[in-house]
Amino acid sequence: MHRVVITGTGVISALGHNTADFWRALITGTSGIGAIHGMDEWQIRFKNGAEVLDYVPEEHFAAAEIGFMDRFAQFAVLTAREAIAQAGIEWTPCLRETAAVITGCCLGGRAVEETGYWELFHNGRSRVHPLTIPLSMGNAGASHISMQFGLEGPAYTISTACASSSHAIGQAFWMVRSGAAPLAIAGGSEAPFFLGNLKAWEALRVISKDTCRPFSAGRSGMILGEGAAMLVLEPLEAALARGARPIAEIVGFGMSADASHITQPASTGAARAMRLALRDSGLAAEQIGYINAHGTATEVNDRTETAAIRCIFSKHADQLAVSSTKSMHGHALGAAGALEAVASILSLRHGKLPPTANFLTADPACDLDVIPNQARTCAVEACLSNSFAFGGLNAVLAFKAYA
Amino acid sequence: MKVVATSKRIPIENVQPDTSFESLGIDSLDRLNILFDLENEFDIEINDEDAKQVKNMREMIEGVTQLVQAKNGSSPAE
Repeated sequence: MHRVVITGTGVISALGHNTADFWRALITGTSGIGAIHGMDEWQIRFKNGAEVLDYVPEEHFAAAEIGFMDRFAQFAVLTAREAIAQAGIEWTPCLRETAAVITGCCLGGRAVEETGYWELFHNGRSRVHPLTIPLSMGNAGASHISMQFGLEGPAYTISTACASSSHAIGQAFWMVRSGAAPLAIAGGSEAPFFLGNLKAWEALRVISKDTCRPFSAGRSGMILGEGAAMLVLEPLEAALARGARPIAEIVGFGMSADASHITQPASTGAARAMRLALRDSGLAAEQIGYINAHGTATEVNDRTETAAIRCIFSKHADQLAVSSTKSMHGHALGAAGALEAVASILSLRHGKLPPTANFLTADPACDLDVIPNQARTCAVEACLSNSFAFGGLNAVLAFKAYA
Repeated sequence: MKVVATSKRIPIENVQPDTSFESLGIDSLDRLNILFDLENEFDIEINDEDAKQVKNMREMIEGVTQLVQAKNGSSPAE
């Protein structure tokens, strides 16, 4: 069994196009939420989202590559590039042959399907683009990362809605810990801003008409976000041997199913995933100083999650800091867990905890210390990152500061 | 009432004006289905906040009636 560390991260989100911009926005409490572009004519009942702005594919990819990669796959490759560069990996033939790539996504490149079907249904065309399938498939992100870097080891994609990339990182962690893979690129990617998907979310009546205010009285639902984040995971001894500086250690992974309802979360399932992550990590509950919450800002999530945290941590729940960074980067679905994993490990690294932005006043049903609006300087030993998906599928990651 | 009976796949006899959603076992997802069916059936838009206040069939019928009247009242005379 190896100790596993993260040696590189890559991020693209509404908070910028790299990890440094992401972290700067998080600790200044800057929200990336704004009016969704290009949707004015469609009478959607909400208008705001957390989009990746000023993204120009040509700045990152050759024209031929762009033709083979949808926006979500481009995000996956870009963030893998940043993570690998930061980690300073020196690829050997053996490492390339065995390194794992595990990605999460919820929608994949479905925006491409929409474009094709629009031509069929509205414009009387009889054919769709021949690359519709390879562009839209959910594993396109993992496939393009493996091709870009020539990685020939285990590569696959997990789709568990809003927990996808936490499941992906957890699986990668276990593979590196057990020695099944000598290194893993893991994370998630999502590009959910297309008409059919926005209409589908509208019909669920869970999207806020103003902004995302997790755990706050006066909250009115979630805000969709887009982007990607990737992490490089490798054994501690391998990282130290090549002189890399670990950002943080990943120490635990817990997962569970509510087995309850397709959209309503159950606090018991969430609690069990947290308990299992703690057990897997060998940490005592009292060692956890921070939780990056799932914190969607729907009434039912925030109350259920609060109850689950109280159930697991009992008295220590009042000593914990909890925040939802979705208040800034939005809910990026299959990329959410990966964005929040990066937020979590940077919190450990820098000794600063990102706030819950857009917070108005306390909700008595969410009576935890949720770091309202202002980041906090606070060195914590270890933290959890919670992800709870529609369908009741839960994934919780545990990280520890690397001194 | 027919919309609710069809949506929830229950006998229409069970759906009376004073029937509460709770007694019909209507959960949050059923509510969404009913809202969708009502909007389609009557060609109206039901506000999220208003919909959350509705607890029984009578309130639902009153709400829908108001919206249908508002729609008919505001449409231009032929």
